[in-house]
Amino acid sequence: MATVLRVVRRAPLNLFLLVVAAMWLVPTFGLFLTSLIPKGEIAREGWWNVVAKPSSMTFDNYRALFDNNDLTKALVTTAEIAVGNTLLLVFIAALAGYAFAWLEFPGRDGLFVVVIGLLVVPLQVALIPIFSLYNSTSLFDTVLGLILFHVAFGLPFGIFLLRNFFIGIPKDIMESARIDGASELTIFFKLILPLGLPAIASLAIFQFLWTWNDLIVALTYGRDTQPITVAIFSQLRQFGSNIELIAPASFVSLAIPLAVFLAFQRYFVQGLLAGSVK
Amino acid sequence: MADSASTVPPAAAGVHARGAGTDDGPSAAPGGPWGQRAMTALFLGPAAVMLVVWLVYPTLKTFVRSFYGRDGSDWVGLENYRALFTTDTLQTAIQNNAIWVGVVPALVTSIGLIFAVLTERVRWGVAFKIAVFMPMAISLFAAGVIWHIMYTQDPGQGAVNAAINVVDDTFSSAGVLTSAQGSTPELAGTPERGLVLKSSVRPGETALLGLTGIPPAQVPEGARQAQAPTPRPGAITGTTWRDFKPGGGRPGVVEPQELGLEGVTVQLRDASGRAVRTIKSGEGGAFSFEGVKAGSYRPAVGPETFQKPFAGVSWLGPKLITPAVMIAYIWVWAGFAMVVIAAGLAAISREVLEAARTDGATEWQVFRRVTAPMLAPVLSVVFITMLINVLKVFDIVLSVAPGSSQDDANVIALAMWRTSFGGVNDFGLGSAIAVFLFLLVIPVLALNVRRFKRET
Repeated sequence: MATVLRVVRRAPLNLFLLVVAAMWLVPTFGLFLTSLIPKGEIAREGWWNVVAKPSSMTFDNYRALFDNNDLTKALVTTAEIAVGNTLLLVFIAALAGYAFAWLEFPGRDGLFVVVIGLLVVPLQVALIPIFSLYNSTSLFDTVLGLILFHVAFGLPFGIFLLRNFFIGIPKDIMESARIDGASELTIFFKLILPLGLPAIASLAIFQFLWTWNDLIVALTYGRDTQPITVAIFSQLRQFGSNIELIAPASFVSLAIPLAVFLAFQRYFVQGLLAGSVK
Repeated sequence: MADSASTVPPAAAGVHARGAGTDDGPSAAPGGPWGQRAMTALFLGPAAVMLVVWLVYPTLKTFVRSFYGRDGSDWVGLENYRALFTTDTLQTAIQNNAIWVGVVPALVTSIGLIFAVLTERVRWGVAFKIAVFMPMAISLFAAGVIWHIMYTQDPGQGAVNAAINVVDDTFSSAGVLTSAQGSTPELAGTPERGLVLKSSVRPGETALLGLTGIPPAQVPEGARQAQAPTPRPGAITGTTWRDFKPGGGRPGVVEPQELGLEGVTVQLRDASGRAVRTIKSGEGGAFSFEGVKAGSYRPAVGPETFQKPFAGVSWLGPKLITPAVMIAYIWVWAGFAMVVIAAGLAAISREVLEAARTDGATEWQVFRRVTAPMLAPVLSVVFITMLINVLKVFDIVLSVAPGSSQDDANVIALAMWRTSFGGVNDFGLGSAIAVFLFLLVIPVLALNVRRFKRET
C-alpha cells in the first residue's frame, strides 16, 4: 500500500522527467531517421512518419556517403587531426604539468598564473596572425598546421589539469624514487605517467572530442584539408537539395565522439569537473 | 556518472597536497644547478614555445593590428573601433551577444539546477543524466544541423512545428476555403468576421451564397454540380457554390458546370447581427434552416470557413532566429550544468540536510536555507563558464541559421570570422573585433587568477 502511494505521488515527477529526457533524445534520433529516408522522399516526408513504415528505411544514403570521396577523405582527415593533436597535447602538457608540480625553478608560480590567464583567451585573437604565419610558412592547409593550433590552445587547460593532478601524487613515492637515484625523466615516464593516467585519460578524451568537433580552426586554415565539419558545412550552403548527404554525414560525424563519450564518460565527467571547479 | 563526483575536485585535492609537495624544496638533481636548469627547460620548453608562438605573440600582434587598416600598411588609429560600434551588422552582433549573455547563462544554470535536484528523486536518475548530457559529446555544429532540421517551417517536415500543430489542432481546425470572396457585391464582409448577404431573407425564401477566388485545389473532393435552391414554407434554403466556370459565367446565378461547396459554415444572423443558427452546407452546397421563426434574417458564410491552416512558425526567419539558436544551444549545455551541479549537490553532507529536516524544516526551507547557499560556489562556476562560452558562440549559429538570416543571428565571434575570412577580408576590423572579444573575457581571467592566488 505504502509503495503504491509512493508510486502515485512520484508519478508527476517521473512523467515530467520522461518528457524532458525525450526532448533531449528525440532531436538526435530524428537526425538518424532523416538519414534513413530514401533520397527521393526526403523532401516530402517528416522523419517521424518513417517509424510507422520501417520498410521504407534504407541505408542507401550511407552507401552514397561512403562512396563520396570528399566525405570519406574528410573523415580520415578528422581522425588524423583528432588523434594526432591529442597525443601531442597530452605529452607536452604532461611534461609541463610535471615541471609545475614537482620541479623547483625561479618564477614558477608566476608562470603558472600566466597559464591560468591563458585559459580563457578566445582563439579569435590568434586567428589573423596565425593565418599570416601559416601563409608565410608551409603550414597553411595542412593537417600539421591544424594539429599545432589545437595543441597550443589545448595547452592551458591541459597543463592546469595535469599539474593539479600530479601535485596530489604522494610525496613519499617521489622521494623514495629520487633517493633510489631515479632521474627526473625516469620518474616522469615510470611514475608520473602511470600514476597520472586518470587525469591524462580525462584530458585526452576532452581534447579528442574538442578537436573532432572543431569547425572554426579548420574553416580558417583548411582549403583541401577538410575535416568532416567543414565538409558538411560546405554542403550546408546548398541546404535542402542535399539533405540526404548532410543527414548521414552529420550522424557519422557525431556517432564517433558519442561512442567515445559513452565508453569513457567517467573520465569525461572528471575532466569537466576538474576544469570547471577551478 | 554520479559516483564520479566523489572522486573529483582535483583542484581542491591538488591544493591540499601542494603543501606537502613543496615544503622542503626539490632534492638536488644530478648535474648541479645547470643540470637542473636544462631539465626544467626540457620539460617546460615545448609548452612554452607553443604558448608563445600560438597564443601570446598572436594576441599582442592582433592588438597592434587592430590600429591598422584592411591590408595592414596604413595606421588608422581608432577607426576600426569606431566602425565596430557603427556598422549595422556589427551592432546587431553586439546586441545579439548582449541578449545571449543576459539570457543563456542564467537559463542554463537554472535548468541544470532543476534537473540536478529532480534526478536525485527518481530511480533512473543516471539514465536521465546520460540522456541530457549526451549532446555535450556532439559538436555544436552537428547540434546545429540537428536543430536546423527540427526547425523546418512546414509542419509536415519540421518536428517543432509539427508538435505545435498538434496542440494547435486541438483548439481550432483549418477551414475548407481560405481565400474565397463573395462573387457579387451582394455578399460582402471580411474573412475574419464572415461574409454577409446584404439583403435580408424571410422564412420561405432562398439565399444564394456565391463564392469566387477558390483555387481548384481547394474545391472539396467529389464536389457535385450546384443546384439552385427550392423555397419551402417555414424554412430558409440556399446554396453555397463556386460561382465560376471556365469562360466566366454570370455572377450570382447557379449555372451548369458550377460546383456546390460542401462543408461551408453557414450562419443565420438576426437583425442585430447575432448568429442564431449555424449549420454546414451539405451535398451540392445545399443548406436549409428548418422551422425558422417569422422575421427577417441575413444568411452569412461564417469565419470558420476561412480559417487558414497552421503554416508553421518561421523559426529560421529573421525574427526568431536568435531565440531558435539559443534553444539549440541550451539543449547542448544543460547537461554540463546539470552534471557539475549534481556533483556539487552530492558533496553536500547528508547529515546537515538531515539535521535541518529533523529540526522541522520543510523541503523548500531546506533548499532555500541549506542547499542553495552551499551550492552557491558551484552555481557561480557554471554561470561564469557559460558566460565565457556564450561570448565565443560561433559554430551553432552557422549551422542553425540559413545564410539568409545569418545577419540577424550575428554574434561577435561570427562577425569576427566573417569580417576577416568570410569574403570581406578586413584584417584591421577583424582584429578590432577580436580585441573587443578579448576585453570582454578579461574580468573572468582576472577572477580565475585571483581565485588561484587565494588558494595558494
